Amino acid sequence: MAEDSFDLIVLGGGPGGYVAAIRAAQLGMKTALVEREHLGGICLNWGCIPTKALLRSSEIYHLLHRLDDFGFSAKDISFDAGKLVERSRAVAKQLSNGVAYLLRKNKVSVFDGHGRLAGKGRLAVAKDENLVAELTAEHIVLATGARARSLPGLEPDGERVWTYKEAMVPPAIPKSLLVVGSGAIGIEFASFYHDMGAEVTVVEVLDRVLPVEDEEVSAFARKSFEKQGIKIHTEATVAALERSGDMVKARIEANGKPLETNVERVILAVGILGNVEGIGLEGTGVVVDRTHVVVDEWLRTGEPGVYAIGDLVGPPWLAHKASHEGVICVERIAGINDVHPLDTRNIPACTYCRPQVASVGLTEKSAREAGYEVKVGHFPFIGNGKAIALGEPEGMVKTVFDGKTGELLGAHMVGAEVTELIQGYTIAKTLETTETELIRTIFPHPTLSETMHEAVLDAYGRAIHF
Amino acid sequence: MPIEILMPALSPTMTEGNLAKWLKKEGDEVHSGDVLAEIETDKATMEFEAADDGRVGKILVPEGAQGVKVNQPIALLLGEDEDASALAKFSGSTPKPAAARPIAEEPAPGRRPLARPDRGGNGRVFASPLARRMAQQAGLDLGTITGSGPQGRIVKSDIEAALSATRGAPAVAPTRPGVSSLPPPAAPVPLPALSRERVLALAGNPPYTERPLTAMRRVIARRLTESKQTVPHFYLTVDCEIDELLKFRAALNAKSDAYRISVNDFVIRATALALRQVPAANASWSDEAILLWDSVDIAVAVALDDGLITPIVKNADRKGLATIANETKDLAARAREGKLKLEEFQGGTFSISNLGMFGVRDFAAVINPPHGGILAVGAGEQRPVVKDGALSIATVMSCTLSCDHRAVDGAVGAQFLAAFKKLVEDPLTMLL
Repeated sequence: MAEDSFDLIVLGGGPGGYVAAIRAAQLGMKTALVEREHLGGICLNWGCIPTKALLRSSEIYHLLHRLDDFGFSAKDISFDAGKLVERSRAVAKQLSNGVAYLLRKNKVSVFDGHGRLAGKGRLAVAKDENLVAELTAEHIVLATGARARSLPGLEPDGERVWTYKEAMVPPAIPKSLLVVGSGAIGIEFASFYHDMGAEVTVVEVLDRVLPVEDEEVSAFARKSFEKQGIKIHTEATVAALERSGDMVKARIEANGKPLETNVERVILAVGILGNVEGIGLEGTGVVVDRTHVVVDEWLRTGEPGVYAIGDLVGPPWLAHKASHEGVICVERIAGINDVHPLDTRNIPACTYCRPQVASVGLTEKSAREAGYEVKVGHFPFIGNGKAIALGEPEGMVKTVFDGKTGELLGAHMVGAEVTELIQGYTIAKTLETTETELIRTIFPHPTLSETMHEAVLDAYGRAIHF
Repeated sequence: MPIEILMPALSPTMTEGNLAKWLKKEGDEVHSGDVLAEIETDKATMEFEAADDGRVGKILVPEGAQGVKVNQPIALLLGEDEDASALAKFSGSTPKPAAARPIAEEPAPGRRPLARPDRGGNGRVFASPLARRMAQQAGLDLGTITGSGPQGRIVKSDIEAALSATRGAPAVAPTRPGVSSLPPPAAPVPLPALSRERVLALAGNPPYTERPLTAMRRVIARRLTESKQTVPHFYLTVDCEIDELLKFRAALNAKSDAYRISVNDFVIRATALALRQVPAANASWSDEAILLWDSVDIAVAVALDDGLITPIVKNADRKGLATIANETKDLAARAREGKLKLEEFQGGTFSISNLGMFGVRDFAAVINPPHGGILAVGAGEQRPVVKDGALSIATVMSCTLSCDHRAVDGAVGAQFLAAFKKLVEDPLTMLL
């Protein structure tokens, strides 16, 4: 049995854990990483990356249906669901191998197994219930992530009722699909399956889709989805799912009215739970609140020497937030002076549905509720040359400024490729620019990014192209 | 070629100043060391000496100009063999610092500078665009703010902290929402500034005359508001019988005309000796550690027509009464003329404020940061006192110590006051 002592151990090899481990190794710490399944975690193996591979396929399929718009014609367009999934898995595999290489390159010792805290500064690693290693370190970083939540009466069965995991490896594209939950995960699957030909119904308990996004962006996206043919029920809940033959009968209550729909498959995307079980938190000072570990601004738990990062510590549940927390946590441990706590208002969020949605900072409503006198700017893609040339005139950019100081409080985008654009506003926010610097910045022509400039100009009554 | 005379930096943090007065006119001859102008900063008025010989060719910044940036050319000096035609050809050059030298710029020895952000070595203040704008809107001098951003850059939260310190608004929490699914914390809603309009509205628009704010008035307002709102003050009062001290003082003053010792000089000496005996009271708070000062430098508040200033009696514990008397007299006189040098009023480890001459019996003073305490001295007056069960009359002077509780606890303050009282009531021990 391996027994070894380290400066720092990371439990969990997702985007929080492996980044924390690499940063610790860069800072000269003898570092171990314990992972029970795949390096790269959910993000890389069952989340961000494989879904993007699938969505690339559905985007191409969608474009193939628009060939005429661009002067092409083709007959007998078809696809093989198995190949789509195969490609998605290959992409995930390639990147997971990449993570293994990076850890090796940085001399991080990787332990394959299930880790659990075993006394002060100790972590036991088990494989198939057998203890395979006992590790010790002054600092232990928990990065065990989260998993899909299920609701009572709506438990996934892996066959007809899916979570994200089954939805990512469909044997075939179902003819009809019910998606429960319209957050980023639900909407991405709704968009993918709809573009691949499924008849999709979305049920959302709140009054709008993508409920964390700005209200105008939510409304814009909903309109677009409905125009494409996705059925959306908001302020709606699924009362029961009954299997009948190959189908699932869903009893929905929408706006107080009962509805029934028969679908081949159901995807549950109703939030996540932190993975706090089986990792030895019992009897330690680690405090768990509603399945998430409570930490301070430096990611310290209530147990000295034990830290927690990423989905395990709570929202926003985003890979890039987890990675940043990992870096902050480790740099703080290493005693680096110039470390700053995470500013959640500068974390961008992206949803890869069609049209894409991306945002950073406060929505207009939350800014007003916080007492700001806001200046709001809008710019539609229809006023942008590149968007028209691309054949993607559907989109909108919205900026929210503090009218008093000119601080960019938030930016909200919907439309083609906006997930690649939001970083511009994120940099601006991180550097604390005001409208002055954004107005002075020269955006290249012709690009979609010009909409970002115009949305700033518009907040100050100066938009040129609309 | 004419020499550019640049606006001097009279202190390390000075970014701009007012050109109070020109003492040379265009055409006047100038010799190195001549006083060219009086420069007013937020702290004092200082004389500005020429470093070169020549003749004033052109005055670029007129007398009375406000907010003149450091290193901005303020005049052109012609060399001995140059005439006015040289001016026409001259179109400015790159700023050359130290074309003239300020009178006082050496920091007081033995004092480490307080932690400041890296100013890039050339006086440049690193601040985010948002922080710059917020500071400008609030009338804050970025040079007075410590940056907490990357590499000491001044960021929004630093301005908010400075504003909340001066306005008493709750400090803005860092933006981490914690672990539950709470929305991001609400942004701070800045309190309305105390504009003239607002004050008039609150007062009900009575007639008034307006006195413009001097730089000194702004500094007093800012620093004392900050002190009263961020320094946890507590107060301890003792009554000291000073009949012995008054007798002793009269006897000493009768011995020579070379000095005239005031009661306040005794108070300075007693304070300094008491701080030496209770070094824990000669301390300042910092976030990293309590700093116990090696020397005892007493700042003495001197009232001016338009404010006050606190010249410093350095190493007061090592100075005799006559020396202290002569020094305070000189410092006070020059303070009233606005002629103190920077190191004569910046710093100090402890302050004394005496309003006894105005008949004030007892008061509590606001701590002058970063000092850990200030002693407020009242008038010596005859009061009934009970001694051994019998009523008698004694000359009593009440002194109230304000302490920064972060650095000085109640027991330490009490020990200091006990030591002080013993010295004051038995003045011969002050000579030891």
